Amino acid sequence: MTDEKNEKQVLHEVTSGEYKYGFFTNIEADQAPKGLSEDIIRFISAKKNEPEWLLEFRLKAYRHWLTIEEPDWALLHHPPIDYQDIIYYSAPKKKKELSSLDEVDPELLDTFNKLGISLEEQKHLAGVAVDAVVDSVSVKTTFQDTLKKHDIIFCSFSEAVQDHPDLVKKYLGSVVPYTDNYFAALNSAVFTDGSFCFIPKGVRCPIELSTYFRINAANTGQFERTLIVAEEGGYVSYLEGCTAPMRDENQLHAAIVELIALDNAEIKYSTVQNWYPGDKNGKGGIYNFVTKRGLCKGNSSKISWTQVETGSAITWKYPSCILLGDNSVGEFYSVAVTNNFQQADTGTKMQHLGKNTRSTIISKGISAGQSNNSYRGMVRVGKRAENARNFSQCDSLLLGDKCGAHTFPYIKTNNPTAIVEHEATTSKISDDQLFYCQQRGIDMEKSIGLIVNGYAKDVLNKLPMEFAVEAQKLLAITLEGSVG
Amino acid sequence: MLLNIKDLHVSIGDKEIIKGFNLSVNKGEVHAIMGPNGTGKSTLAAAITGREGYDITKGEIFFKDELINDWEPDKRASEGIFLSFQYPIEIPGVSMTNFMRTALNAQREYHNLPPIAAGEFLKKMEEKKKLVDIQSKLTNRSVNEGFSGGEKKKNEIFQMAMLEPSLAILDETDSGLDIDALKVVAKGVNQLKSEDNAFVIITHYQRLLDYIVPDFVHVMYDGRIVKSGGKGLAVELESSGYEWIKEQFGA
Ligand SMILES: Nc1ncnc2c1ncn2[C@@H]1O[C@H](COP(=O)(O)OP(=O)(O)OP(=O)(O)O)[C@@H](O)[C@H]1O
Ligand SMILES: [Mg+2]
Repeated sequence: MTDEKNEKQVLHEVTSGEYKYGFFTNIEADQAPKGLSEDIIRFISAKKNEPEWLLEFRLKAYRHWLTIEEPDWALLHHPPIDYQDIIYYSAPKKKKELSSLDEVDPELLDTFNKLGISLEEQKHLAGVAVDAVVDSVSVKTTFQDTLKKHDIIFCSFSEAVQDHPDLVKKYLGSVVPYTDNYFAALNSAVFTDGSFCFIPKGVRCPIELSTYFRINAANTGQFERTLIVAEEGGYVSYLEGCTAPMRDENQLHAAIVELIALDNAEIKYSTVQNWYPGDKNGKGGIYNFVTKRGLCKGNSSKISWTQVETGSAITWKYPSCILLGDNSVGEFYSVAVTNNFQQADTGTKMQHLGKNTRSTIISKGISAGQSNNSYRGMVRVGKRAENARNFSQCDSLLLGDKCGAHTFPYIKTNNPTAIVEHEATTSKISDDQLFYCQQRGIDMEKSIGLIVNGYAKDVLNKLPMEFAVEAQKLLAITLEGSVG
Repeated sequence: MLLNIKDLHVSIGDKEIIKGFNLSVNKGEVHAIMGPNGTGKSTLAAAITGREGYDITKGEIFFKDELINDWEPDKRASEGIFLSFQYPIEIPGVSMTNFMRTALNAQREYHNLPPIAAGEFLKKMEEKKKLVDIQSKLTNRSVNEGFSGGEKKKNEIFQMAMLEPSLAILDETDSGLDIDALKVVAKGVNQLKSEDNAFVIITHYQRLLDYIVPDFVHVMYDGRIVKSGGKGLAVELESSGYEWIKEQFGA
């Protein structure tokens, strides 16, 4: 207690008053002091040895951010976020260069193990290249050789800035401009790392690309930036999974994911998100404000989002598709589970701009405890989008009577040839089903897990095999103690 | 004694449905329970299997000499009580295979056994499917989803065969079955029947009892047994109906 007080005291002394410019040029510091300012942004940029244009990008984003306010339209409630109380840059304590997995922080490996997937297993069994991000700095990148053979670039965002600045410059912010929304502006100003993937013309990526994120140090907001580009005829399946150790203080996470698919290219992006949701009483947990958007730029391109959202105290996330190319296809498959006091406001936006564009939305919301789970979707058909088609299915499952499920579908069509279908259902897990399972010897919690997994099956089926297994476990674990 | 029910009273909400029910079942026996609609046969089955909302207000249920009044349904199931449901439930998205493996492994875990090996499990599935003449396409589908009435009933017997309970309660498993399906169900039961288990068969028709010969027939009325006898009682009921019971025991 006194130690903690001392530490706070010291931190306060160091950080209060006017920031001295000289302090931040101390590039040796492995952590920025709390707070956000142009100086901090310069510090991050210098720390990462960035070109001038990127610093300018950050500063423009920051200046824009200062002029706008946090959005309040989502069905979410949280105490105000103090953006000056966040550390925007911290590097993990690196003892020495890592040459093998054995040298990776055992605590990190332990976290992976709890998820049921170790790096080792991933590497050997599943043939997955792993780019693990711990506290904003990449620790490990594997399988580069296989990727090199196909001229695929898969690296941390920082590396991409150094090694492929032209590609980054060309595509960064082209799908999610920093003016897009409050959190996108914030991310654009302070993002520290993330992943970059480039699939050249005609290349089908032979392995599932995967990134495991972890939020590690207390008080460290994490601002990921992911950029995936598939050139003409390219294909990639990308997996994002994340977990955080137990934390008491709220942690802000504001990521941006940008996908770009050129003619005939396909990008499949799968997420399993299980960040710390807070305890049973709603204390703590991650605030997850994410902007994910894919641009089907080319004709007959396809972007598919699949997400299993079980974690975070707050989820604000709408993976979307801009269907610009003719005959392009957008898909969104989502399972969002909330328990205890979790809040999720998630959904998608499908913007039909090209001719014969098609989109499918399947959303399964599962609410338990006193949680709130909202689906918010928009389907917009532009003037030029002849014969656009959308099918949306939004189902909500309620466990207990203290939770909430809400559906907000918005449909705007500016072309009379469009066909937009929307179906929605709300159901409760039935006592009959539960008893039927229990009568076969399956206990209450496993029964709930089984029924819920069955309910979410259409979405889980879209996940790559090894991810699906993990996701099934997560659904069951998330709902533990939710009934009876 | 396998099952011993003493002066059982069961209420749903404020309404008493079972009103002083007594029954004892030994290993190796087949008991038939008959009686008019709404006399509490399914309620009795729910009480024995521990369904929530079926409150035992008085009396005891002993299973293998243990008082089970307060046991969770899954514990009762793992200890060997199986119910073939009058109205089997659909569970969308859960394949029969997954359901059966989950159930079997849950019961094994209860008995401190390791999960069944995949190969052994599949072999067992094949074996039991043959026993009840159930099609493979059914076990690949979600639990009872889109099954016909008869298929659902056969599926109950299939599950019984997989789980090998020591006490099986069949709640109107014969209703809605054509004669071939009826024979299949009977065949399933007869093959599973042994010196170590027992069956309680709830039915309205004595035709099932032509194939599964009961040691005892009980007539249930207004929440309790009003008459017991041998197989002959079922035949008698078939011809005389329940009017005489209603006259004798009705309020
Ligand atoms: N959940 C319930 N709430 C209120 N009353 C119920 C409930 N379930 C059953 N009952 C009543 O309890 C009585 C006994 O029902 P039960 O289903 O046990 O009869 P049964 O003997 O199985 O009839 P059947 O031969 O038609 O299957 C009936 O009057 C029924 O309406
Ligand atoms: Mg009945």
